[in-house]
Amino acid sequence: MSATGTRPAVSEAAPIVEVTGIGKSYGPVNALSGVSTSVKAGEVTCVLGDNGAGKSTFIKILAGAHSPSEGEFLLDGKPVTFSSPRAALDAGIATVYQDLAVIPLMPVWRNFFLGSEITRGVGPFRRLDVGEMKKITYTELDNMGIDLRDVDQPIGTLSGGERQCVAIARAVYFGARVLILDEPTAALGVKQSGVVLKYIARARDRGLGVVFITHNPHHAYPVGDRFLLLNRGTSLGDFAKKDITLDELTSLMAGGAELESLAHELERTLGGSSPIVQQLEAEAERQPGRPDGGRPRRG
Amino acid sequence: MTTTDIVTVGNRPRLENRPLRKILGRPEIGALVAALAVMLFFSVYTSTFMTLSGAGVWLESASTFGIMAVAVALLMIGGEFDLSAGVMTGFTALVVGILTSHYGLNIWVAAVISLVLALAIGAINGLLVMKTGLPSFIVTLGTFFVLAGIDLAVTKLITGQVAIQGMTSVPFYDTIQPLFGASIQIGGGTFYVSVLWWFVATAIATWVLLRTRAGNWIFAVGGELKSARQVGVPVLRTKIGLFMTTAAAAWLVGMISLFRTSTVQANTGVGQEFIYIICAVVGGCLLTGGFGSAIGAALGALIYGMVFQGITFAQWDTNWLRTFLGAMLLLAVFLNHFVRTRAGGSR
Repeated sequence: MSATGTRPAVSEAAPIVEVTGIGKSYGPVNALSGVSTSVKAGEVTCVLGDNGAGKSTFIKILAGAHSPSEGEFLLDGKPVTFSSPRAALDAGIATVYQDLAVIPLMPVWRNFFLGSEITRGVGPFRRLDVGEMKKITYTELDNMGIDLRDVDQPIGTLSGGERQCVAIARAVYFGARVLILDEPTAALGVKQSGVVLKYIARARDRGLGVVFITHNPHHAYPVGDRFLLLNRGTSLGDFAKKDITLDELTSLMAGGAELESLAHELERTLGGSSPIVQQLEAEAERQPGRPDGGRPRRG
Repeated sequence: MTTTDIVTVGNRPRLENRPLRKILGRPEIGALVAALAVMLFFSVYTSTFMTLSGAGVWLESASTFGIMAVAVALLMIGGEFDLSAGVMTGFTALVVGILTSHYGLNIWVAAVISLVLALAIGAINGLLVMKTGLPSFIVTLGTFFVLAGIDLAVTKLITGQVAIQGMTSVPFYDTIQPLFGASIQIGGGTFYVSVLWWFVATAIATWVLLRTRAGNWIFAVGGELKSARQVGVPVLRTKIGLFMTTAAAAWLVGMISLFRTSTVQANTGVGQEFIYIICAVVGGCLLTGGFGSAIGAALGALIYGMVFQGITFAQWDTNWLRTFLGAMLLLAVFLNHFVRTRAGGSR
């Protein structure tokens, strides 16, 4: 009755999820356009971007909460459209949102199985299989490297990082193949963030494709295999780890594109020979992966 | 359960054995201590309290409040209130009384019609609360006053009086009466069947809460509605079911009071809804939902029954009962607040 599945061959396998030129517009407003990336089993795809970059829109498309208004969404190489988050979940794409969907006053094991409880007996004697659920909860958390003293304690007594990990372990146990984590480290301190990154690596090692949304390149780089950068609803590029360094990632995040456009703007007012413009252009030149790194393909 | 795909297989659960801490974390522990204290006090202070005849009196007194308190506790754990619960006990009894004594309907049929009406009102309460998103406190305050008015106006309109008399002469009265109003003599004490109903209600509620999926859902919808919905708990069904359970309990208590006394007043039950809530809170239910126990609520009702009759036995002014209840409520709320800050501390 395990839903954990078998461990797929890592890395060279075909992507589980592949999106090409995907976008979403609300009437005349383009929230997201021309974004392409892929998620493979046993790899972490990081989605980086500042506030308002389109990260939420992007994960809502992946999670089935929004249907894309342009582009192609392939699951196992076949085009799909999800009608609801439930449909995405049934296809093995699970999303762990920032609020984690836990009930603070309920014990850890009840939270773990909430909505999908294991029962035994029939008719009026159908009851929760408490022993089995406690055992599975303990074992699953242990496999993620979380050693809880007591699965009977209210989940509200756990630290933010631990709660995040219970939510991840729950998604893994209930058969997720792709795990979408919405800013799991955003509200955490340095140490707690490290703990969560460790569990992301664990989930990856267990053969899951992980989509890790963050605005912190220092969190993304150590665990990521692929980096999708978003800015103002468009893609700044989709890089494999070998093609980009942490420094390049950071400066790209900090606005490489903005530097370039600033240089152009100043050029008009100050003239191309101005030392400030030349310096900015040189700076922008050093940014990686441009201009072929996934400029939006509109139309 | 196979975990063959996992590199490191977890050890067996290390379920720690800390009985004392576990017991102190239970919601009903405060009510248990208080119940024992009250029992001890009146046993020593009065000579009649701890006799069979005395116990029969305070158990009977606690039983009907206990049945309601248990149902209201489930509802409160599910995050809602029902202020119409008190007046509903009168409403269900009046329906049976009027349908039989005035329209000559078969008494069993009348009881079933009364139950169906109660369930319908419960479902309406639930639907109104869930579909409008308004607090149940306001919605059920509305149904409370609607029903209270109907009870008085309709009873007066049909019978010309404000009470139903002559139930004993209704055909087949003797066939249904023992189910709700029977009693047996043990020693010098009279023990009513309502006490049995109270124990059964408490046992079923405890089973449902702790050992069924529905129980898990009740805690979840009361604890964090949005999260419950996200993980696929049938929120609407759970909440409406809770309102209907409260209504069904009110019907049971209505039948018990009707068949124990063979009469019913048009204002029966008005004002008792708050006593149910007090019993549930004394029993460890949080006003904000998501935490509590059926056994605790039953103990809360036991305290109420014991104090109510204990004050009579001690020949004090019975008006002190309310003061005592108020003080108990405050104490319980402080205790609950402490538990909640401890358990949900990191939120």
